[in-house]
Amino acid sequence: MSISREDIEKVAVLARIKVDSEQVSVLEQDLGNILNLVDQLSAADTGSVEPLSHPLDAVQRLRPDVVTEANQREAFQAIAPATEDGLYLVPRVIE
Amino acid sequence: MHNKSVAELSRELESGRVSSVELTQQFLERIRQEDSKYNSFITVSEEQALAEARAADEMRAAGKATPWTGVPFAQKDNFCTHGVRTSCGSRMLDNFVPSYDSAVTGNFRTAGAVCLGKTNMDEFAMGSSTESSFYGPTINPWGLGSGSRRVPGGSSGGSAAAVAARLVPAATGSDTGGSIRQPAAFCGITGLKPTYGRVSRHGLVAFASSLDQAGPMARSAEDVAMMLNVMAGPDPRDSTCTEQATPDYTATLNEPLKGLKIGLPREYFSDQLSPAMEAQVHNAIREYEKLGATVREVSLPHASLAIAAYYVIAPAEASANLSRFDGVRYGYRCENPEDLMDLYTRSRAEGFGNEVKRRILVGTYALSAGYYDAYYLKAQKVRRLIQQDFINAFKDVDVLMSPVTPSPAFVQGEKSTDPVAMYLEDIFTIAANLAGIPAMSVPAGFVDGMPVGLQILGDYFSEARLLNAAHQFQQVTDWHQREPQ
Repeated sequence: MSISREDIEKVAVLARIKVDSEQVSVLEQDLGNILNLVDQLSAADTGSVEPLSHPLDAVQRLRPDVVTEANQREAFQAIAPATEDGLYLVPRVIE
Repeated sequence: MHNKSVAELSRELESGRVSSVELTQQFLERIRQEDSKYNSFITVSEEQALAEARAADEMRAAGKATPWTGVPFAQKDNFCTHGVRTSCGSRMLDNFVPSYDSAVTGNFRTAGAVCLGKTNMDEFAMGSSTESSFYGPTINPWGLGSGSRRVPGGSSGGSAAAVAARLVPAATGSDTGGSIRQPAAFCGITGLKPTYGRVSRHGLVAFASSLDQAGPMARSAEDVAMMLNVMAGPDPRDSTCTEQATPDYTATLNEPLKGLKIGLPREYFSDQLSPAMEAQVHNAIREYEKLGATVREVSLPHASLAIAAYYVIAPAEASANLSRFDGVRYGYRCENPEDLMDLYTRSRAEGFGNEVKRRILVGTYALSAGYYDAYYLKAQKVRRLIQQDFINAFKDVDVLMSPVTPSPAFVQGEKSTDPVAMYLEDIFTIAANLAGIPAMSVPAGFVDGMPVGLQILGDYFSEARLLNAAHQFQQVTDWHQREPQ
């Protein structure tokens, strides 16, 4: 199973990772090899089998809807690249 | 001191023959002298370690010591440690200092253990050789004399090397596809991947949430049992962590093995396995027969699909988990981003290494519209078939045994040009992560002068039995006590 340059560029946009033309060529090879490995799955007979997402088929536990944590905004924001007034700064989005 | 086990050091501290501060200073000095040969540590947290050692001595003076009080250990660098850089072996988190402890870190802290630092790893735990770390590769202490540099295995290669080189008696690791067991085997130490949900993942930086499990690495099964006593336990902060109470894993180490039923999966002993490796594994199994165990062949019919299923599921889950690294709130941010898209795409392109990017891209592809059913859903179904194989096997036997790796530690660079060649290293370890069952690697001899491991797999929550089996084996063999030349 091979993957086209177009597919790689589309997936890179979805994954928000910048790739240049040279990298796309390398990825064509590498991802193609990985998808070849993965294609073995299509031979498996999984007709009536339920997908397994949790080894013990556990259900998401719930907890009471009460506040249990303290506000640590300053500590959390101390390691941010850019902040102002408790907000995280990024390049302008809306002109 | 550096040759002593956790159990022995605990007794030394208890007797007052050495203080925590003295012991910590000795190990820190040893790391200073020796680690340049191995590069097993990313961060040595000297100041914090000495503060923890002083606190441990006070804890002992107040009569509140536990078996771990004052005992030094290290943590793989994907466990969040409050105030100490946690990098996951990545440029993306080179500047990340967490404001909280992982559950495992907190447990060791409460027990009074002394953390000497954070160990090297494959970037974001993706790898089997610790060659993809932003901080350079770790070198296996075994094989150094022969001139070529061997890998320690991965992704917990730093922890494995540090324990093998006697820089620490114990270190934590994490295992998503074999990342505790394979480096343990390559470095001649003992490692355990617990049952999925046995150890809390709170604060363990997520790679693949349905596969990840934190676990202990040390030289002996007894030490591993002591570690698991601290690491395991319920945690409301991790909703996938079991609420079952933890037994004392050291209490049953000495149960006799007579009558233990061992199954050998025929798919793991095919003619693909090298004769030398097969011989070592069979020698180990013969020791078990001498101890009174019986051996029979079993089958895991879907074993050959494990790698394919894993290399859909793990990258898919990784693509979701690593989407949080976006240059906005913490971690690496590219310089002079032109706009928001540029901020995201360049921070991630520059912050992540090639293997991580490969896996994110494969994972994104497998989950994208049009491919989700053919890849991710299909892999989840195959996963249930693999789980069912184990459930069936455990109806007839108590444990399964197999090699851990197809061959001993390879030379640095040998497999890093072909991602798929690297993936095939995980052929014996991956199924246990897919099924969620516990599995151990126990030192079982040497092939071409390099250590090899025996894998012991058990039913859900049977860690006590695995540790008992490993400990009894270590009473009649000394592979686990050999020191790298």
